[in-house]
Amino acid sequence: MQQEILSIIAREAAMDPSDVRSDMTLEELGLDSLGLVEMIFSIEETFGISVPFNANEPTQNDFDISSVGAIVRAVERLISTPELA
Amino acid sequence: MRRVVVTGAGTVNALAPDVAGTLAAMREGRCGIGSLEFADVERLTVQIGAQVRGFTPERLFEKGKISFYDRFTQFALVAAREAMAQAGLTAVPADPTRWGAIIGTAGGGNATVNEAYRAVYAEGKNRVHPFTVPRLMSNAAASHLSMEWGLMGPSFAVATACASSNHALGLAFQMIRSGMADGMLAGGAESMLNFGGLKAWEGLRVMSPDGCRPFSASRNGMVQGEGAGVFVLESLEGARARGANILCEIKGFCMTSDAVDIVMPSRDGAARAMRGALVDAGIAASDVEYINAHGTGTAANDRTEAAAILEVFGDRGAHVPVSSTKAMHGHCIGATGAVELLACLMALKEGVIAPTVNFDSPDPDCPLDVVPNIAREARVDTVMSNAFAFGGLNAVLVLGRF
Repeated sequence: MQQEILSIIAREAAMDPSDVRSDMTLEELGLDSLGLVEMIFSIEETFGISVPFNANEPTQNDFDISSVGAIVRAVERLISTPELA
Repeated sequence: MRRVVVTGAGTVNALAPDVAGTLAAMREGRCGIGSLEFADVERLTVQIGAQVRGFTPERLFEKGKISFYDRFTQFALVAAREAMAQAGLTAVPADPTRWGAIIGTAGGGNATVNEAYRAVYAEGKNRVHPFTVPRLMSNAAASHLSMEWGLMGPSFAVATACASSNHALGLAFQMIRSGMADGMLAGGAESMLNFGGLKAWEGLRVMSPDGCRPFSASRNGMVQGEGAGVFVLESLEGARARGANILCEIKGFCMTSDAVDIVMPSRDGAARAMRGALVDAGIAASDVEYINAHGTGTAANDRTEAAAILEVFGDRGAHVPVSSTKAMHGHCIGATGAVELLACLMALKEGVIAPTVNFDSPDPDCPLDVVPNIAREARVDTVMSNAFAFGGLNAVLVLGRF
């Protein structure tokens, strides 16, 4: 699952999955707010979950986007806790 | 070049079904945003909006005609009737081939699209209403205005998202000023408050789940509205010749394109539009006594608009009154500039500046005098009205007391 999430992030960032490290930030990935919204959409569609995210306050949401690793953990949490998603 | 004046105003929006009610609400700082009511609303993440309530088409239109009118067209027709009545007109006062209608809209007949798709996709029907196309086309409102009032000159729709009605008003102004037309009905109409319309907006994740708070540090997005604003524009000599009551003068207009991003606003594009409108009006920034902001309540717009205002107005930018009435009537998208023009009229005619309601905390990125929460009395001779659209298309009007 982690690989699948990483491959989605890599695809949205137009990077090779092997170049994506878990400590990387969105900025380092070159993802702007629209790229992030599209990445979240891909994750939602792939895993059948709903990610709480408002682009106006990206850091205020329950979904931690501070790094690639944080995103992976947040997605895993949503998948394993269906009542959140 | 000819001078152009506004002699009539009409509206339907969540605050009121007419101009007097809307201005009263703006004076009181009343908010028209509430829980949305329509089919499947429970499937939306964001369930608030500024919806027009108690609108009864069957009482407003002939039975045989309603089936040609999408809700956005209905709003435009009702607003135009009020505007013509206020202008003291029961018909076009002179050569009808020199009168037309320009109506801004972003979604056109969005409600009709939603209904037709629901029928064929959700309900599995293989038939839609025969007038689906004439109802949904974006020029439907302009066309029906031309028919209802016998306007035989230039009529068309303008689609520049959130700047549509400012573009429509500005083009009508330019056409009269240049002598292409003698009078125009101009403004905007929008009705996207349905499941499909709002589901699309939801996807972009820019809407607030709890309210519209322009320029506040606590702002977290836009809130959708609906409605129409339609104005009668005439050449000054035409208005004078018939002894019309003049509401204000349109003094300048400018359109610019950011040429940068499909949704993120640009300070440069906004600033160029504001400066261009001042130049077109032949006035200095120091003459502007009220700015009706685009002020959507998104993080990006308000920060960028504030920076553009400070760039154009310099030190005075922090002191000139700036308000966003979207906090009251919601973001009426293609109609929003037209509804907001009513706040400009109120400032010029009545000396009352509409407030930015829901303001709860200043944002250091928006160091403006946003006329927080309570309307303000002030003599205002010149106003600016901003509209900055998705797609980076900007349209700014300058109006003067007459």
